[in-house]
Amino acid sequence: MDYEVKLEIFEGPLDLLLHLIHKNEVDIFDIPIATITRQYLEYIDMMRALNISVAGDFLMMASTLIHIKSKMLLPGPQDEEEEDPRLEITRPLLEYMQLKEKAQELSDREILGRDVFSRQPPPIQEQLDAEGPQLDVSLFQLMDAFKRIMDRTRSGAELTLQVERWSVKEKAQLIIERLKKQDTLFFHELFSDDRSVSELIVSFLALLDLVHSGLIKAFQSSEGHPIQIKASFHQDMANGEQHHGKAPETDH
Amino acid sequence: MEKPLKLIIEALLFAADKPLSAREIHNAFPEFSPSDITAALNALRADYDQMKRSFTLHEVAQGYQIRTRSDYAPYVLKMLRSSPARLSRAAMETLAIVAYKQPIIRQEIERFRGVDVGGILRTLLEKDLIRIVGRKDLPGRPLVYGTTRKFLEVFNLKDLQSLPRLKEIEELESDEAQPPRQGSETAVQGEEEEPETPAPSGEEESSSVTD
Repeated sequence: MDYEVKLEIFEGPLDLLLHLIHKNEVDIFDIPIATITRQYLEYIDMMRALNISVAGDFLMMASTLIHIKSKMLLPGPQDEEEEDPRLEITRPLLEYMQLKEKAQELSDREILGRDVFSRQPPPIQEQLDAEGPQLDVSLFQLMDAFKRIMDRTRSGAELTLQVERWSVKEKAQLIIERLKKQDTLFFHELFSDDRSVSELIVSFLALLDLVHSGLIKAFQSSEGHPIQIKASFHQDMANGEQHHGKAPETDH
Repeated sequence: MEKPLKLIIEALLFAADKPLSAREIHNAFPEFSPSDITAALNALRADYDQMKRSFTLHEVAQGYQIRTRSDYAPYVLKMLRSSPARLSRAAMETLAIVAYKQPIIRQEIERFRGVDVGGILRTLLEKDLIRIVGRKDLPGRPLVYGTTRKFLEVFNLKDLQSLPRLKEIEELESDEAQPPRQGSETAVQGEEEEPETPAPSGEEESSSVTD
């Protein structure tokens, strides 16, 4: 019954806030704090329902948001000099956005071992290549997509988890098998055979785990297009050691 | 037996396994003046560009290195049978923070990113893209991180000053039409005195923050 998945969250509260600001198409300098806070908390609830361990950082940010919201509700006794309480999140967000942009600029440079090569190529290509998950679609976009599938399957149903017949490991293996036959899959296709809500959830967790361990890649052809899943393992090493203990423990 | 300086330098660059600086060449051949060496290096690069060679002379990590042009990357990669090198987005973000804010401690990096970066820092250390430059005089004596010479080599940077400039947060706010009342003091960070950081100040490209 106790169903716990240890899945490190690979994006943080700031990413979630940016995602929400982007999604709602609001001005970062004039964040509708009530709306954003509500949606932020919904995400946290969803992550909890999925038993993704919600890092303390997410809760910290939640309390900051609520604090700002309450400050804004109170009639300010102070004069005009009183700072907009939203600055408390606007500033870190701006800094973070800017650093993300710089990170992008760095990745766009002519990188040794990717774009340019010196005469004695240092062994960077394998080294860099082994690095973690490629997530062209963010975790929150995946969660959005998953939420739509859940809504479609059982509108208004509670996320109740029962004794599970499926393990995340098995589902992950299934996804890999499918990707071996078919290069890319649409996100919704992953769930086409799933019967119950809990099975959907297990599939989704398996997907997250595979993305996290770098075996598959989630991407969109462009903004707003359906999310697709692609194998990023080499066919011959899809089994065995590649999955070095990253598979979440799911006892049932 | 005298050979032209330009071709001597070409031979040195060809045989070197790391970027060579004009100073290193001068140290090995004191008979050539540094300015002649620099002129020869520039002439070599001009030659390669003019001849449309598949390689050119890059100025990286305060030295010169012959590198293939990016148009030829697919061919080289095919022969090396490797997929292009890449870092995850989280790793790139962390690396950018270290590059721009160095010297920096882990706690500050985590404040920027809002998540734990312990594992990523270890990866970046292993790849020799960042290094520990010391310890900070704070409780717990936290480690201080900075970027390495290899970082400059990998990202094709001449030096840290050639990183595109980072705007002050006030500039970002005033970039916007309706600033939310100026918050005079320097954002949240600020109390950080930056001793020997060569404050990245490159060309004034105004990449305004959108999306």
